Amino acid sequence: MFKILHKKSLAPMVDEMVIDAPYVARHARAGNFVVLRLHEKGERIPLTIADSDYNNGTITLLFQKVGKTTNELGLTKQGDSIKDIAGPLGHPTPIKKYGHCVLVGGGIGTATLFPILKSLKDADNKTTVILGARTKELLVWEDRFRGYSDELVITTDDGSSGRKGLVTEALKEAIERVSVEIVITVGPIRMMKAVSELTKPYNVKTIVSLNPIMVEGTGMCGACRVNIGTKTRFACIDGPEFDGHEVNFQELENRLNFYKKEEEQSYNLFLRKTKRKVTSNETVM
Amino acid sequence: MKKCLLVTRHKSLVTVFKMRFRNPEKRKNDFKEVSLGLTERQAVKEAGRCLQCKKPHCVAGCPVEIDIPKFISFVKEKDYLGGLRKIREFNMLPAICGRVCPQENQCQGQCILGKKKRPVSIGALERFVADYELTSEKTEIPEIIPPNGHKAAVIGSGPAGLTVAADLAKLGYDITVFEALHEPGGVLTYGIPEFRLPKKIIRKEIEFVKNLGVKIVLNWVVGRTQTVEELFKDGFKAMFIGVGAGSPKYLGIPGENLNNVYFASEFLTRVNLMKAHKFPVYDTPVKKARSVAVIGGGNVAMDSARTALRLGAEKVYIVYRRTEHELPSRHEEVENAKEEGIEFLFLSNPKEIIGDDKAYVKELRCDKMVLCEPDASGRRRPECSGEEFTLDVDQVIMAIGQTSNPILVRSIGGLNLWGEGYIKVDHDGRTNLKGIFAGGDITTGAATVISAMGAGKRAARAIDDYIMGRTVGAIHELPLQ
Ligand SMILES: Cc1cc2nc3c(=O)[nH]c(=O)nc-3n(C[C@H](O)[C@H](O)[C@H](O)COP(=O)(O)OP(=O)(O)OC[C@H]3O[C@@H](n4cnc5c(N)ncnc54)[C@H](O)[C@@H]3O)c2cc1C
Ligand SMILES: Cc1cc2nc3c(=O)[nH]c(=O)nc-3n(C[C@H](O)[C@H](O)[C@H](O)COP(=O)(O)OP(=O)(O)OC[C@H]3O[C@@H](n4cnc5c(N)ncnc54)[C@H](O)[C@@H]3O)c2cc1C
Ligand code: SF4
Ligand code: SF4
Ligand code: FES
Repeated sequence: MFKILHKKSLAPMVDEMVIDAPYVARHARAGNFVVLRLHEKGERIPLTIADSDYNNGTITLLFQKVGKTTNELGLTKQGDSIKDIAGPLGHPTPIKKYGHCVLVGGGIGTATLFPILKSLKDADNKTTVILGARTKELLVWEDRFRGYSDELVITTDDGSSGRKGLVTEALKEAIERVSVEIVITVGPIRMMKAVSELTKPYNVKTIVSLNPIMVEGTGMCGACRVNIGTKTRFACIDGPEFDGHEVNFQELENRLNFYKKEEEQSYNLFLRKTKRKVTSNETVM
Repeated sequence: MKKCLLVTRHKSLVTVFKMRFRNPEKRKNDFKEVSLGLTERQAVKEAGRCLQCKKPHCVAGCPVEIDIPKFISFVKEKDYLGGLRKIREFNMLPAICGRVCPQENQCQGQCILGKKKRPVSIGALERFVADYELTSEKTEIPEIIPPNGHKAAVIGSGPAGLTVAADLAKLGYDITVFEALHEPGGVLTYGIPEFRLPKKIIRKEIEFVKNLGVKIVLNWVVGRTQTVEELFKDGFKAMFIGVGAGSPKYLGIPGENLNNVYFASEFLTRVNLMKAHKFPVYDTPVKKARSVAVIGGGNVAMDSARTALRLGAEKVYIVYRRTEHELPSRHEEVENAKEEGIEFLFLSNPKEIIGDDKAYVKELRCDKMVLCEPDASGRRRPECSGEEFTLDVDQVIMAIGQTSNPILVRSIGGLNLWGEGYIKVDHDGRTNLKGIFAGGDITTGAATVISAMGAGKRAARAIDDYIMGRTVGAIHELPLQ
């Protein structure tokens, strides 16, 4: 059992929680995730380790409530426990002194970027961070990011914060203005795809963090397989980060939609059981 | 060698003892156990057939060398718990082995009676005494062993790991088993379906191992949650690696990543570990299909096919590139699958999975094969006949084999490996690294429950010798079985 030490809401449909998991915290590196199962009948879902505290033995998870499990997770309170947490899993992000790095985050993907940003900064890199959201109140951890970025650009669809527009516009300007060694992007598939397409003609190395459906997360089932440069790779052990210029995004998107019907069924049953009002379940990313 | 195996197997096709099985029409709709085992009367009668050979061949066929005639003599005397106690001197998981061992190639395949008539049904008798304890509630509590003050770690809770843990605990070691998943048992838990090996049987046998004082820590991915070096620092004097070979292989044919193409490992894990057949009561879903093609001919293929049937498929094919004689699966499961209406397409080799405009499986295209003349190794290879055919299916399950579990192996520097990341060991499970032992599928490639247990037994002895300082840990290069 893993105890939830703190929990708070960060934005509509986005929660943050700090969990007591000393062994996971001790080994967590930027880019790692955990797989958790809330209770005996629960599904195993992957969540990125958004931050970790070696001394206190805690990890921080940020999650967006999109379906049954994440909404159920949203109902937990400080002091409750999560039945199973396994990790840290996945390859850590390769951290070294690159020079100038641009980090592009969208929606909940920004959470994943934070530990990467921290590590890159510790490795003496110059960092530009571009965070995108639909609207101001969906932006999370802006202050934390500011502390580690040489330059922080916020973009919103409606212009309620930062510049109005898409992250790709800000990225294009950055690439044209300075010499960028590497772009790391985490967010909705369409955004990562757009970023990869944008950087390709500039020949800038681009790392994307993929989020296929996973089951156990230890390389034993193949559920998380993705197509990278025509090779099949398992995101949980070979990734989740891959070269954005090689990813077959269309296939990933197809596979993510595979259980749509069952996900809806499960979510609706959950709403009925918890007698909750049907809130809008639209994606905020 | 291969040839004689085929002969015994083939012979056993006609001479296998008929246990009681549930009606195929009924059982194919649920996940309850298919085989009902022997009645007491049948068991005693079957035990009476054993000749109590002075030099029992059957024992040589059992990888853990159970004293088979002895345990059978207890059954004959109706002292079932006595029989069980005898088995447990050699094997901690009798209810499991009695159900899943490929007996026709092992103990029963060697039984002297099999030369002329039907061999003694050793597996069924083993299962009978183990189940007797379960139903009679007369649980045998192992005696408490005085601790010897040494700690050893076991990584992976499959049959190999559980065997090492039990054997060392019986010698007084303080044993901790680390398991990556949220349930112990390895393939027994996440791979082999309920209708063949009920989970409560596994739980019960694991309970027995725990009663010996073994601690099992779940959600512990060694190499990630804790490294092997850290385990040594924590005071573990030696460790056994039994992480299995669960990582799926794939054919590399076009269409493998279409929606509704599963690797058997995922399909079976969803159902067995996550209980997806009970969705939405359980949260993990699995896709039910109308018409399913399962590619492969081993136990994993049979299990996948019969699981798909139980999820509600109208039609299930097994697509196998050789012939019935070469099917590597346990014979009993092939018979069971046929009775349940699974259709076998032999000499058929998949070449492409075709999808519809939404990237869902629509058809499977296969080559029709012929067996050519035996090559130097005596093996007849399948070759394309030039003909092809197309199956109308909406789901494809790949069950063509597994390979080494990568996480731990990748985390240890300097470990000698062979093939696709398997650990190189000597006869007793010693790796090239001091204090590190290994056994089971991670050293041999996908094999059997009982061979994993046999490896565990040898490794436990070697670990005891190592910790007690009775050996110099030199590795002998050994041809792998
Ligand atoms: C390596 C990795 C790291 C992740 N890190 C985070 C994180 O830090 N915070 C966070 O909020 N989410 C993260 N995700 C996504 C998260 O796992 C899913 O949102 C979650 O599994 C959804 O479960 P559910 O039961 O609530 O929703 P479901 O009902 O299962 O799904 C609802 C919707 O989410 C989509 N979805 C389902 N599974 C996934 C998935 N694995 N990834 C993305 N979308 C999915 C479905 O297509 C569907 O549209 C990560 C995914 C991966 C693979
Ligand atoms: C579907 C299926 C059906 C089968 N049917 C039969 C049959 O009828 N008869 C038969 O004899 N054999 C059968 N087999 C084969 C048999 O199950 C295996 O040979 C046997 O289980 C191997 O045992 P093992 O202990 O080596 O590994 P496994 O049973 O694979 O167990 C390994 C365990 O280690 C854990 N692990 C992996 N990495 C780590 C890590 N880093 N840290 C901690 N834990 C880790 C895994 O989660 C797993 O639980 C079948 C196999 C499958 C897949
Ligand atoms: S453990 Fe397996 S091989 Fe050995 S006697 Fe029992 S059924 Fe036969
Ligand atoms: S070989 Fe057959 S008959 Fe002889 S002891 Fe073994 S089981 Fe009995
Ligand atoms: S989640 Fe099972 S292999 Fe990656």
